[in-house]
Amino acid sequence: MTREEITTGLAAILEEVAGVAPADVAEEKSFTEDLDVDSLSMVEVVVAAEEKFGVKIPDDEVQNLKTVGDAVSFIEKAA
Amino acid sequence: MTKPDVVVTGLGATTPLGGDVASTWDAMLAGRSGVGLLTQEWAAELPVRIAAQLVVDPSEVLDRVRLRRLDRSEAIALIAAQQAWADAGLAGAGLDVERLAVSLGSGIGGLLTLLAQDDILETSGPRRVSPHTVPMLMPNGPAAHVGLELGAQAGVHAVASACATGAEAIALGLDIIRSGRADVVIAGGTEAVVHPLPLAGFAAMRAMSTRNDDPERASRPWDKARDGFVLGEGSGVVVLERADHAAARGARVYARLAGAGLTSDGYDIVQPHPEGAGAARAIARALADAGVAAGDVVHVNAHATSTPVGDMGEIKALRAALGTHPVLTATKSMTGHLLGAAGALESIATILAIHNGVIPPTINLDDPEDDLDIDVAAHKARHMEVPAALNNSFGFGGHNVALLFTRV
Repeated sequence: MTREEITTGLAAILEEVAGVAPADVAEEKSFTEDLDVDSLSMVEVVVAAEEKFGVKIPDDEVQNLKTVGDAVSFIEKAA
Repeated sequence: MTKPDVVVTGLGATTPLGGDVASTWDAMLAGRSGVGLLTQEWAAELPVRIAAQLVVDPSEVLDRVRLRRLDRSEAIALIAAQQAWADAGLAGAGLDVERLAVSLGSGIGGLLTLLAQDDILETSGPRRVSPHTVPMLMPNGPAAHVGLELGAQAGVHAVASACATGAEAIALGLDIIRSGRADVVIAGGTEAVVHPLPLAGFAAMRAMSTRNDDPERASRPWDKARDGFVLGEGSGVVVLERADHAAARGARVYARLAGAGLTSDGYDIVQPHPEGAGAARAIARALADAGVAAGDVVHVNAHATSTPVGDMGEIKALRAALGTHPVLTATKSMTGHLLGAAGALESIATILAIHNGVIPPTINLDDPEDDLDIDVAAHKARHMEVPAALNNSFGFGGHNVALLFTRV
């Protein structure tokens, strides 16, 4: 799966869970600062991403996923 | 110390009769029933297959992402509170939020969330349980969400006294303003538990009407053929305000909340006292608190849920505490029983009866009980001056709340 495909998949999750416009989702965007995803919604994003991409994202890894790009890199490696 | 006057400056509601106060009130005056058959698949096997459901679903008002984090009872409380806030002219008015409080409760709480998330837990496991579960099911959730929306910082309170909740929340709001802690209190109740579990539970108590073949005639307070209450869902919210604060900003005033009386039966967990003793004492306390004579109360919006025992116990209480002169109505005949929201919605009906000089009807009162010796506005709305009126609410647990409203 390409980085672009993962980003598109995350954008769909972010729209569903937090109402983020897909056009706003880009690798350099911070979940909390730029996309306004709060901590509870981030939990939902993580669980949905695990399901969608068939990966396991441990809780202590989530704090390192500051930007969309961080999440894409983690999923790319873990998938 | 003299008690400051407290007035009502805003109203909001979403009910089985309408998505706002105006449409609800119009439907009440027209004597329309909000009760219908439950067409959901899960209802087919239930002994009770009727309820009074919302006319306007919250999804028509709030956006999808917001609703993901709100129990239905929270969503409708928020909708009613937003309406009341705007109706009071407080939107964008720059109110000092350190002087703004919330007092709003629910009889049962976030039951729909609890049951839905339990289903997810059972079928998909703990990791799939929503992180929003706890704030959605906690009983203070509706009050907290309203407080958050409006930025209230003088305290957020969630009263719980079953079917007296909405009225008790308004009584607490009165106390808060009188104590000097806030100038404005957003007060009311909310309930959204149309689900097989509470329907089965209430039906198991033999408390509900099983008139499944004629839903619009199922809620019939004081009628000889009544066979129990009909479950309703909805929310009602009022804006309470210190009178001089309202006057200073030139607010429109609907009525004065002149007094409140609260008692507990100390008798039974669910049965009302057969003589209505606790209810009579609550009414007497409301009169004393308001400094209004029993003879001056011309209208009562009764609790009257359409149960065989409760309806006539209340009549005994009214007779003892007020006499037989007031004109009664039971708006539950149209709205069904909104449990924790009932006292709030019926306070709104009482306030509008005062403000508009018209008492909404009690429908389905075709064959009144022989002991019903108090005049009821049966079938049709009654146009008359209403200088002072009472709203009664009682709840499982033996809670009795009487609110006394007067014309300004």
